[in-house]
Amino acid sequence: MRKVAAVVLALGGAIALGGIALQRHEPINALWIITAAVCIYLLGYRFYAAWIATRVLLVDPSRATPAERLNNGRDFLPTHRAIVFGHHFAAIAGPGPLVGPTLAAQFGYLPGTLWILIGAVLGGCVQDMTILFLSTRRDGRSLGQMARDELGPFGGFAALIGTLLILVVLSAVLGLVIVNAMKHSPWATSTVAATIPVAILVGLYLRLWRPGRVLEGSIIGVSLVLLAVVAGGWIDHQPQLRNAFDYGALAIAAAIVIYAWVAAILPVWLLLAPRDYLSTFLKLGTVALLAVAIVLTHPQLKMPALTQFIDGSGPLFGGTLFPFVFITIACGAISGFHALVASGTTPKLISNEADVRLVGYGSMALESFVAIMAMIAATLLDPGVYFAINSGAGVVGATPEMATHTISGWGFPVSVQQMQSLAQAMGEHTLFARTGGAPSLAVGMASIFGSSFGRGLAALWYHFAIMFEVVFILTTLDAGTRVGRFMLQDLLGQLWAPLGRTSWYPSVLFASTLLVAAWGYFLYVGVIDPNGGVNILWPLFGIANQMLAAIALSVATGILVKSGRARYAFVTLAPLAWLAIVTTSAAWQKIVSPDAHVGFLAAAGELAAKFAAGALSAERAAVAPQLIFNQRLDAALTVLFTAILWFVILDMARVCVRRLRGLPLRSSSEAPYRQSQLPGAALAEQ
Amino acid sequence: MARQARQARPAPHLWPRLASLWGVLRALSGDDAYERYRAHHAARHAGEPPMSRREFCADAERRKWSGVNRCC
Repeated sequence: MRKVAAVVLALGGAIALGGIALQRHEPINALWIITAAVCIYLLGYRFYAAWIATRVLLVDPSRATPAERLNNGRDFLPTHRAIVFGHHFAAIAGPGPLVGPTLAAQFGYLPGTLWILIGAVLGGCVQDMTILFLSTRRDGRSLGQMARDELGPFGGFAALIGTLLILVVLSAVLGLVIVNAMKHSPWATSTVAATIPVAILVGLYLRLWRPGRVLEGSIIGVSLVLLAVVAGGWIDHQPQLRNAFDYGALAIAAAIVIYAWVAAILPVWLLLAPRDYLSTFLKLGTVALLAVAIVLTHPQLKMPALTQFIDGSGPLFGGTLFPFVFITIACGAISGFHALVASGTTPKLISNEADVRLVGYGSMALESFVAIMAMIAATLLDPGVYFAINSGAGVVGATPEMATHTISGWGFPVSVQQMQSLAQAMGEHTLFARTGGAPSLAVGMASIFGSSFGRGLAALWYHFAIMFEVVFILTTLDAGTRVGRFMLQDLLGQLWAPLGRTSWYPSVLFASTLLVAAWGYFLYVGVIDPNGGVNILWPLFGIANQMLAAIALSVATGILVKSGRARYAFVTLAPLAWLAIVTTSAAWQKIVSPDAHVGFLAAAGELAAKFAAGALSAERAAVAPQLIFNQRLDAALTVLFTAILWFVILDMARVCVRRLRGLPLRSSSEAPYRQSQLPGAALAEQ
Repeated sequence: MARQARQARPAPHLWPRLASLWGVLRALSGDDAYERYRAHHAARHAGEPPMSRREFCADAERRKWSGVNRCC
């Protein structure tokens, strides 16, 4: 029976991929991609993941997990694998897999789609499962601790610094994404503003009135937030109220920075925890709804398989197909950040080691599927419309006429009138130059939802999609700032002990301010950048995230070799090698490329030359010094990321060589074997 | 009569399923965390007084948000 199922899967995948391959010169239906994706994930899960679990990791279902051994009824708690899967997926699924594929669609639908599928099945899913397993064998220790225990103090320090920097870049770029979605959009701004009191209300409900009744609180909150989307539409039609919510990009960016700072120093129960419940509900609901809607509408993709921008001249971000598609899509294919989640809360819930396959590999496969859906939503738009929404004014021209002329000249026809009527249908004033991916994803989602669940509601769906993205980006900003604050306090505490006390209020204020100021700076420069800012920040984030993945894979490879499984180490070594090649070549180009479209230093040099010659308009000359400094800073950060990457890889190689030569090593930090007393892998402890 | 008949028909199959779906929803969202803690407490530490619901929820929230548990 199992063999029959596997054969059906393999055939299904082959037919769907064949369908994609044969229809290269005509529009392709999204269902082919969905079918191919599902078959590939299931094949990867059924064969590769099972093989890794039994042969490489030597998963032992008879061994007691930390959840069983250290069960305290709270964080260590044996939990049914379906529930752990849900928790873990909710934790890893963020805005990354929505934004990355949308940006990478500038190369056409094919490169991004293939990387999402292959990268996930051979890289991302393997990383998540392996780290989850290794952490489960080590009482739920974090990636940083495992790096320190197994490789040495340098590995641990690199993981800490890398995580801290990635949090800064991530927060800035996500902030920029939502600024571009909310600027001069009273509907979006008023809806998002309304979610703040709603979250506080839910927080009070869960703290004071009905402690811990999460479902009740979430249902009330989600209903109110949906009401806020409708109310936002009403506000948008009231001329006076409308003005009260109509802000430019700088004002919105300032509001986000202040908001995140306040949110990060408030007690978690008041804002962060309740908003997280809302965003998790919205996220899971929207993802499920999107999957159903794509199957129902089975839209044709209008973007070609490949565009001319694989040569590096793309308007969303500069750089050739290799290596930049692999940097742009991190989350969805392989995301180093997941290694932090997989070595945190989740391993303390695993009731049986065998569950790591479903929880680690399975959750990442589902996350990758979300990325596939984002790719579909971006590529079903008319390519002209896609480029008009996602290209900065500095690239295609500041007026609608200039922008449509430039884009039509690339062979993607679009007219001012078409963009106007689209904006009107979405209840917006304009959709030009809304860079960052969120607005074009929302237009794609609105057109999918609109045609499956009620035409004429496109404006409502558009603002629902924007609200959904903004709410969970705000959760990521808040949670990221808080985690970053703990790490910073940990570091500062080594300079002066009181700064390390996480409950000492002056230290909390100081560390939070430092962290918010750091990402606020990058956000500010992104906002004033006429090219949109995302073109600079997103590749930086991609490089940082892949660097973190390389640290995780180095730890995994080091442990495999140390424990005598060197011949299977290719499982983590192969994705590590690929990431090292991709990240290093992307970093190299970002630093030394003479093309100002790609290289940070070239861009800084070109702008500096124009500035010195007085060739810039007064408006651009006013911000030029900041942009020049920022490009140089970005180049320095890229050097730092690459250096950390290679130091960790060399550290891992040192450990491997010592092991292969039989020299003494740090002993394994694995917890000793104890026989499990739990009945099977079922829901125990009830 | 008609109302009784309508209620009676789905009951044998539907209710247990709905109840288990509700159970899954509660477990997924963490709605049942306190009950699980009480069950654990009764089984392992019967002599000591358990935390109140309010104390438990505050403690759970503090633990949940002191590490990386949300991603990009």
